[in-house]
Amino acid sequence: MALIDDLAEATPQLELDRRKALGLLGSGALALAGLGTSIVGVQYLWPNVLFEEDKRYKIGRPEDIPVGQVVVLPREKIYLVHLNEGFAAITAVCTHLGCMTRYESEERRFFCPCHGSVYDLEGNVTGGPAPKKLPRFQVVVDKGVLMIDASKVMDPDFVLKV
Amino acid sequence: MNRVFRSIVRHGFPDTNRNRSLAVFTNFFLHIHPVKARLRAIRLTQTWYLGGLSAATFFILTVTGILLMFYYHPSVPRAYEDMKDLEFVVSAGVFLRNLHRWSAHMMVALVLLHMIRVFFAGAYRPPREFNWVIGVMLLLGTVLLSYTGYLLPWDQLAFWAVTVGTNMADAVPVIGGDIKFLMLGGNGVNENALLRFYVLHCVVLPAALLVGIAVHVWRVRKDGGIYLKKPESNE
Repeated sequence: MALIDDLAEATPQLELDRRKALGLLGSGALALAGLGTSIVGVQYLWPNVLFEEDKRYKIGRPEDIPVGQVVVLPREKIYLVHLNEGFAAITAVCTHLGCMTRYESEERRFFCPCHGSVYDLEGNVTGGPAPKKLPRFQVVVDKGVLMIDASKVMDPDFVLKV
Repeated sequence: MNRVFRSIVRHGFPDTNRNRSLAVFTNFFLHIHPVKARLRAIRLTQTWYLGGLSAATFFILTVTGILLMFYYHPSVPRAYEDMKDLEFVVSAGVFLRNLHRWSAHMMVALVLLHMIRVFFAGAYRPPREFNWVIGVMLLLGTVLLSYTGYLLPWDQLAFWAVTVGTNMADAVPVIGGDIKFLMLGGNGVNENALLRFYVLHCVVLPAALLVGIAVHVWRVRKDGGIYLKKPESNE
């Protein structure tokens, strides 16, 4: 039977020696500090207060807008369309890459000049690269006046019946 | 030679190989070159000097960019008018603005041509693989500088180009919306976005690119100068 020479066998390094432990502690602390700095860095670059305009707009009295009319609000980037079902506040911002579409009254369509997307008056895509129909915003009647809240995106078929 | 000159130039007249070498590696501005270059390496048709020309356009862009900064305010009421003033009011303003613009176009073209030259020469092969990676980062930096500079004239082209560009970032799954918000510093292309792009364009990206160029050139030098095929091989 062969004897095993214990002294010749390498001792398994199960314990951390001081150098390794301090090294791990040091790099751990450095990693933690780096992570904290990155988080605080992103928080710093994230604005807490924005001086952007109020997204609620008063438009006018619903009885002044006949069925089929498109009210173009270029500054607000919204079309208020009086569909047969009711009022729809459709965004004028193309769903492709965010350009401003224009209302073409002869063709009765919305057209994006950047890459040629075409939408019908309900906001459905009828041509071009646009991936989805134009989203609609909330419309309410407040003291007899139509109000659009562009901070509230509603479901794609939302209309206000008056 | 007098003592003052000796204290600045610490080698003799470059009429021996030793003094010629000293002239290169005791000079801060020349020491990016290897001490010894083969005649083949400095032939025009070897590299078409594309890397050096890219660096030269970066130098022109830095100088003209700093000069443009003396008149340009990165704010919504002033940016567009300052750009117009540079074109029509400021002496030599239109020259500097166009020099900046054309150099920017040239830099993108030269960097791409440089990349193509390096690829077809096989100069990305070991031990130079990581320098290729640094080169790709420099290409990315060049493109980002073009993109951030695009917004600064604050005209229709600038506005819609950045609207389209940030909406591409918006299309990234899950975090796209947050990336767009951070890039613009808001929900749309407005005064925060202009200031952010200005700081990135004038400070952050040029500084990063300068460090990257230094490392890129240093590694070429440490690998013994530009890559040359072995003369006897048929590669």
